[in-house]
Amino acid sequence: MTTLATAPAPGFEAPGVADFDLPPIFGPVTKPVVQLVLAAIIIYVAFRYSVRKPALVPSKSQFLGESFHGIVRNSIARDMIGPEFLKYVPFLTTLFAFLLVNNLFGIIPLFQFPTFSHPGVPYALAAMVWLIFTYVGIRHHGFLGYLRTSTWPPDVPWWVRIILTPIEFISNILLRPVTLSLRLFGNMFAGHLLLLVFILGGEYMLFTADSILLKVLSPFAFGMGIVFTFFEAFVQVVQAYIFVMLTASYIGTVLADDH
Amino acid sequence: MTGSLNVVGYGLSAIGPGIGVGIVFAAFINGVARQPEARGQLQGIAFIGFALSEALAILGLVLAFVL
Repeated sequence: MTTLATAPAPGFEAPGVADFDLPPIFGPVTKPVVQLVLAAIIIYVAFRYSVRKPALVPSKSQFLGESFHGIVRNSIARDMIGPEFLKYVPFLTTLFAFLLVNNLFGIIPLFQFPTFSHPGVPYALAAMVWLIFTYVGIRHHGFLGYLRTSTWPPDVPWWVRIILTPIEFISNILLRPVTLSLRLFGNMFAGHLLLLVFILGGEYMLFTADSILLKVLSPFAFGMGIVFTFFEAFVQVVQAYIFVMLTASYIGTVLADDH
Repeated sequence: MTGSLNVVGYGLSAIGPGIGVGIVFAAFINGVARQPEARGQLQGIAFIGFALSEALAILGLVLAFVL
């Protein structure tokens, strides 16, 4: 593994990939596993709580739960999937909530580790999404029909098709889950690394460095760390939104009758 | 001073997606300015375009660490 960036002062060890391999808590269970389970519990409890006494005039918690559901239904599922969108709204809502909670773990004190910054986690999630939209496509069109909608755009001359069909096959069937997971992983990983660099750099400047100038300047490093924490909050919400948006659009394209 | 050329390469490879993301959102802002009621539809398209062009930068980031 190559080293990252250059050291701002001799002796400072820049954080790198190794910082994301956390030691197991007990047995094979590591922090991401705990956070995944915890996120599932949090979502279950929150949605349960919001519908415990459903009423025509909603209580505050019911209103929150319903608006969350409404965002996914109106601005993601309806636009992306088309007329049969209602069937997929529960899945998309849960997915959005799960991603949001797991991403926000990255900036919530005491957790401070975005679950998806470890590559194994988004791979599994993207594999699940891939299985679901492939299943939906095969069920809707049949196996050959699914391949046809994915790789056989209509009204294309045969000599273009020789190149186009393999490209469409690779990009629509093989690369979709790869980019889906890598996008989430890359954003969470890069964001967390950025925070590590600022906070650990500030810590080094304040406690370890000899120069008095570095000690005086260390608050700026911490200040930048705080600024980028807010930026990360924004990125985490946007990435959760994009993941669900792309999932919905994949389901929408496999359901489409015409290309 | 030590470092990795991979990271320099990643910096170069991020230029293209950066421009691409800029173009996507410039078009989105233009569209909303011309037709504010189309905002909802355009937002979805803009974020998908953003995600697609950003994918290149993300692949570059991963390769910077993997290679």
